[in-house]
Amino acid sequence: MADLINLTIDGKAIQVPAGTLVIDAAKKVGIEIPAFCYYEGLSLQAACRMCLVEVEKAPKLLAACTLPVAEGMVVHTDSPAVQKARKYTLEFLLTNHPLDCPVCDKGGECELQDMVFRYGAGESRFTEVKQHVDEKQWSPIVFYDAPRCILCYRCVRICNEGMGVGALGITNRGVTAEITPSHGDHLECDECGMCIDICPVGALTSGTYRYKTRPWEMQHVGTICTHCSNGCKTTLGVRNNQIVRANNRDRSGINGEFLCIKGRYAFDFNNHPDRLQSPLMRVGSQFEPISWAQALEIVSKKFQEVRERNGKFGIIGSNHTTNEENYYLQKFARQGLGTNNIDHRRTGDVVSLIDALSGASGKLAQFSDLYSTKAALVISSDLSQQHPLLAFQLRANYRHHQMKMYAVTPGPVREDKYAARSIRVEPGGELQAVESLRDELKANGELLVIFGDAIKGEGVRKLVSFGESLGIPVKYLALVDYSNSRGALDMGMVPELLPGYRPASENGLEPGLNMNEMLAAPDLDVLWVVGENPLENRAPASDRTFIVVQDMFLTETAQYASIVLPSASAYEKTGTVTNVTGEVQRLKRGPKTMGAKPDLEIFGLIAKGMGLNLGTWTPDAVFEEIRQTVRGYNVPLPVIATGGAAQTAPVNGRVPVQVRPELIRSAGDTLYTSGSLGRYSKTLSAVVEAPGALYKP
Amino acid sequence: MTFSPKLEEKFAALLTHYPEGRQRAALIPMLLYAQDEVGAITPELVEEVAKRCGVTPLQVDEVVGYYSMLHRKPLGKYHIQVCTNISCMLVGGEELFEHACKKLGIGHKQVTPDGLFSLEEVECMGACSWAPAIQIGYEFHHKVTPEKLDELIEALRKIQ
Repeated sequence: MADLINLTIDGKAIQVPAGTLVIDAAKKVGIEIPAFCYYEGLSLQAACRMCLVEVEKAPKLLAACTLPVAEGMVVHTDSPAVQKARKYTLEFLLTNHPLDCPVCDKGGECELQDMVFRYGAGESRFTEVKQHVDEKQWSPIVFYDAPRCILCYRCVRICNEGMGVGALGITNRGVTAEITPSHGDHLECDECGMCIDICPVGALTSGTYRYKTRPWEMQHVGTICTHCSNGCKTTLGVRNNQIVRANNRDRSGINGEFLCIKGRYAFDFNNHPDRLQSPLMRVGSQFEPISWAQALEIVSKKFQEVRERNGKFGIIGSNHTTNEENYYLQKFARQGLGTNNIDHRRTGDVVSLIDALSGASGKLAQFSDLYSTKAALVISSDLSQQHPLLAFQLRANYRHHQMKMYAVTPGPVREDKYAARSIRVEPGGELQAVESLRDELKANGELLVIFGDAIKGEGVRKLVSFGESLGIPVKYLALVDYSNSRGALDMGMVPELLPGYRPASENGLEPGLNMNEMLAAPDLDVLWVVGENPLENRAPASDRTFIVVQDMFLTETAQYASIVLPSASAYEKTGTVTNVTGEVQRLKRGPKTMGAKPDLEIFGLIAKGMGLNLGTWTPDAVFEEIRQTVRGYNVPLPVIATGGAAQTAPVNGRVPVQVRPELIRSAGDTLYTSGSLGRYSKTLSAVVEAPGALYKP
Repeated sequence: MTFSPKLEEKFAALLTHYPEGRQRAALIPMLLYAQDEVGAITPELVEEVAKRCGVTPLQVDEVVGYYSMLHRKPLGKYHIQVCTNISCMLVGGEELFEHACKKLGIGHKQVTPDGLFSLEEVECMGACSWAPAIQIGYEFHHKVTPEKLDELIEALRKIQ
């Protein structure tokens, strides 16, 4: 441990490591030094002058945010001189700041308001007319109101350093200084909204939230983003059963305050006018709305009848439904309908990875590894586009700990900017390229290997044997696409596996059909599709198949259905999801759409209609069953219940099944697409930016 | 964008003046030299300098917007800067500037129609001991009176 430095802050003697800043040292003993521009994790700026403190023997006040502690230093944070300095700083910040707090989006949660309340003066000596500049719109997402800006550079730094985008800067000087977007009058960026949320005042506001509500009129519901697999916590602001904003300013969850455009703005599918609000029955070529009771009766009777004559079921589940729903659905299929014909869209080869690592423990990467590893090797994924949180963490690791990045991708990626080495490969040439890095990788002493869907089946085994031959600690992460892709595998929503990666052959039923086989089977009696769109580009194999679709929207698949059951979105559900690194987190219900039901409830009601006993269908009861029976899911409940992320530990042993690499394919979503869900998000479709170079047409 | 061989040579030398990875430090001198050759900081120049210093064009724009000696529009052949900061102001700097405006028929940061002169009211240029001071191009002129300014301007007109 580094040498400890002794100093006194407001009469309290403390010891902190050398290099600690006075502002952080004060925090340790519970003394708050106010600041606007100082921001944990970002570079130092010393722009706002709010953190001035008095240091004995120093001739004038010093900025605590850039002042490292020194032996014997005596600091006063609340002396008359400091109080006066704060008051004057705030008076200055308010010279041109319009006092339009009653209509400002930030009113009520504005740091400038709070600071003036605590440290400021009630009146100002400036009587001049305030300089006014008109508000500007830079993109569908970002609006800038220059007079409100206090030039703290937080947005500029988060965009440059945090996001690696660098779309914001400050031009001009003095009273005319203002934030400027990268392209003159508009922005071309990730549209992530980090700049908006990090803004201490209402200078940057978002197109989706501005002038919609007052912050205290919303209920704040912390849940998990339903788009990609990274598992960011997003806190929904719900008013009158509608989501009006999402952010994560309380830094709860694994993502801290990070969110991309999807987590922050792409909740709007939830209020889309096309949301289904009543079950539909096919009558000829038309759909007719029917009651839930009627719809459930038709479905239960049909399922019952087909089961009694040993007919053929095919069940396709979703990457977005909860663990409870996935578990219950596979239980329904296997125990209730007696079939292993259950599958979902597989997006990454987790199974081969677990199998290849059997016998070795602690080899699956956890989320915290991204920030602590000494080196990372990213293979065939445009991380910043597809896994923005993972990319953000790795970037932070590079910034704070000089992690070494190696990118082996088919095209340019954002990681190239700071990568120790970037290698462009043709598909299939990845492992050869990785081999060429052998000595360099080995020299780092530690490695985190992150791979996309280009590495699957035998490729995963080869990659693992390469990693294990390096003779350094190596961890692996198989990327998957969606919010619960990992959970769908863990819960055995594939024909060959039961929950917890047990081979399905254990249950004595016939080997099941995979998704492609089900869709191609001409003799399928029932096709039950839950929150997936497998018939997007193809017609059903037979028109005598009874198709039941549970979805939020009338998707291409739902258009073929005999019965459509409107389901609730992830933001309207309780339950758990498992992210790409195997952390289980809890969804919390925010709004409610009239007429739609959570999928778990629909399963339960169908089971009840069929007279099946599959157990209670409340999320808590099913999760308890998962905890008891699924290997790796015996996670501490208090962690989950309080909104934390609990690490699952999948089986350490062989997974003796045949993985079908040809079935594994990532949808290749970018920052601005999210499968069928993305099509119903106005915000995502409003963005005109070309996604990363890998995806340029 | 290409520059004269002499300027290219200067740039190459500039980039070696700073430690590896700190090449952005060459930004301001590069912009100043390039401005002299190109006549103004054009968008193409911003792109070019950004590329050479390894920063984004926006970061160059930040610098251009901040420093008053960097100009986005071409200046006159003779750029006259009149100091009206405190020392000069006390001995007639402001009057001198007003006189210059009248004489040239242009105001602050404007250029005469013939493109010969441009005028700028500037802050302290460190010549307080010889106030009021002006600068024409890179040349200082001390203890300038309106009459002396007229002479200087006429002399420059004659060169043409």
